[in-house]
Amino acid sequence: MSIAVASGQPARRRYRLRRAIVEAGSIMLAIVLLIWSLLPVYQMLLIALDPEEGEIEFDGNIWTPEPSLEGFRAVVTQEARYLEHFWHQFGNSLFVGLLTMVLTVLIGSLASFAVARMRLSKGSLLTNAALLTYAIPASFLIVPYFRIMHSYGLSENLWAVIASQVTFATPFAILILQLYGSFVPFELDDAARVDGASAVQVYWRIYLPLVIPALAVVAIYALLLAWNDYLYAAVLLAVRNMTVAVTQGQLFSDTDAPWNAMMAAAIIYVLPPIALLFALRRYVVAGLTMANVTE
Amino acid sequence: MSSMQQVLAAWRPVSVKAPLQPPGRRHLRGSDFRWAIAFVFPYAAVFFVFVVYPFGYALWMAGRPSLYAELIADRSYLPTVVNTLLFVGLGVNVKMFLALLLSGFFLRRRWWIRALLGIYVLPWVIAAAQACVSFHWMLQGQGLVNGLLSALLGIDGPAWFNDRWLALGWDIIVYIWKWMPFWTVIFLAARMKIPHEIYDAAEVDGATGARCFVYVTFPLLTNLYLLCTLLSTLWTVGDFTTVYLVSGGGPGGSTDVLATLGFHYAFDTARPALGVAAVLSALPVLIPVVILLMRRLETSEVEI
Repeated sequence: MSIAVASGQPARRRYRLRRAIVEAGSIMLAIVLLIWSLLPVYQMLLIALDPEEGEIEFDGNIWTPEPSLEGFRAVVTQEARYLEHFWHQFGNSLFVGLLTMVLTVLIGSLASFAVARMRLSKGSLLTNAALLTYAIPASFLIVPYFRIMHSYGLSENLWAVIASQVTFATPFAILILQLYGSFVPFELDDAARVDGASAVQVYWRIYLPLVIPALAVVAIYALLLAWNDYLYAAVLLAVRNMTVAVTQGQLFSDTDAPWNAMMAAAIIYVLPPIALLFALRRYVVAGLTMANVTE
Repeated sequence: MSSMQQVLAAWRPVSVKAPLQPPGRRHLRGSDFRWAIAFVFPYAAVFFVFVVYPFGYALWMAGRPSLYAELIADRSYLPTVVNTLLFVGLGVNVKMFLALLLSGFFLRRRWWIRALLGIYVLPWVIAAAQACVSFHWMLQGQGLVNGLLSALLGIDGPAWFNDRWLALGWDIIVYIWKWMPFWTVIFLAARMKIPHEIYDAAEVDGATGARCFVYVTFPLLTNLYLLCTLLSTLWTVGDFTTVYLVSGGGPGGSTDVLATLGFHYAFDTARPALGVAAVLSALPVLIPVVILLMRRLETSEVEI
């Protein structure tokens, strides 16, 4: 008995030491990741809280001596230069983002349902072809889009941007929905059909509720794609009808911009996707976990 | 119209069978068949109106061989190709590898690691344009980065955007910053699905830490890793915002990638056909990547 205790002691000590090292390493990594993730956010906040119109030069202060909400006030009242139409542009961004989200979820789920669940013969041709969309990276089609939207009568129209975003989000939606949908037992569909449910009822009452986690992933993905888009909005929209992302892009070459207000606007612009991500977080985790392919 | 058919004809051989077709297919009955067609119709319409037609249009615009001769003759084209290769090659691979490693870190069950994950995904949620512009100004003369360098280390930071390689390096870093969280979450989800028993068994056999990763985790994730890398490659080639708003292609257009070069040709020098030709010159490389991606999807097995 005493021998066992004696030989167990160093092993336990080594185990404790290793645990401590792992723990310390984790904390170091966490600090690095924190700085890495937050540096631009920190810069945004630092400038947004500046009482002066602000500048982008770093003056050595880690925190603004007198933080003020002046920048945010200038955004809300649309007083600052570049931001005369902020709420209109914000509305545009929301409109484009939400419609991209809804249309991607709808179109993607309908197509996946017909191909994977109703087993439409040759339907897989379409879902395979969908992936070919990515052979042509999004920014490569901007010139043809610019011309084509004219011929479709959609020039300088928000719907042109929505169409482009739905086009590039749906293939990913179909991919995720097909991967996830394969976990939903077919017997459920068949049982419902025997009970006399129509195809639409099976889609609406059985398929959609069962793939909610995948739909949440798709929704977040589509919203963020549209929210992140700069190129399509910049090229396809008129100056008076911009989205917020494009307005922010103008800062690239202007040293004299109202910096505090622009950064305050940037912070406001980040909030909607965060809210959505937070609201859907449980579903997103479940959806991603299930839809993952492992060999 | 003929260009559309051409495109279709060229694409057909690639589309083989569905990856996840369930066993025991049967023919759809009359009304079901009509419903299925109706369900597929919206996407088919989007695909033809917004993918096939614009793509055919692009091929038609950039169909003249003389455009490509002009492109090669342009002195900014070859450096742009090199930049694109570096941007995509380094950006995608470093990002994916770090994402895979970090997913292991976020797997640990500690409340503060969970909280950190919430902060870590912020870059993905912040709009690309804002993040890139923010980085652009942070790296200017006396911006935050040089300010911190001189305050903490006493170094005078260089003018980052006056040097081609430094500027391109920052483009890549910002790109990794922006997109690593998305892939980390994907890998994290995959790793959460690996049953604990496998690790318990490995531990009994004496595998710990790095060995566990090399011999247990990575083999299980190889397929997903390849899939994600291929998909990310395709998306990254099309990334316009990062280079356009971080280095702006500067100094003197030396950090342009194909996406921004095409944009410059089309909208700054008003030569749309040349712009389309510039981006389409990447197709010979991209199409094999897509074919590889589809093969991967077909062979991948989905398990519960």
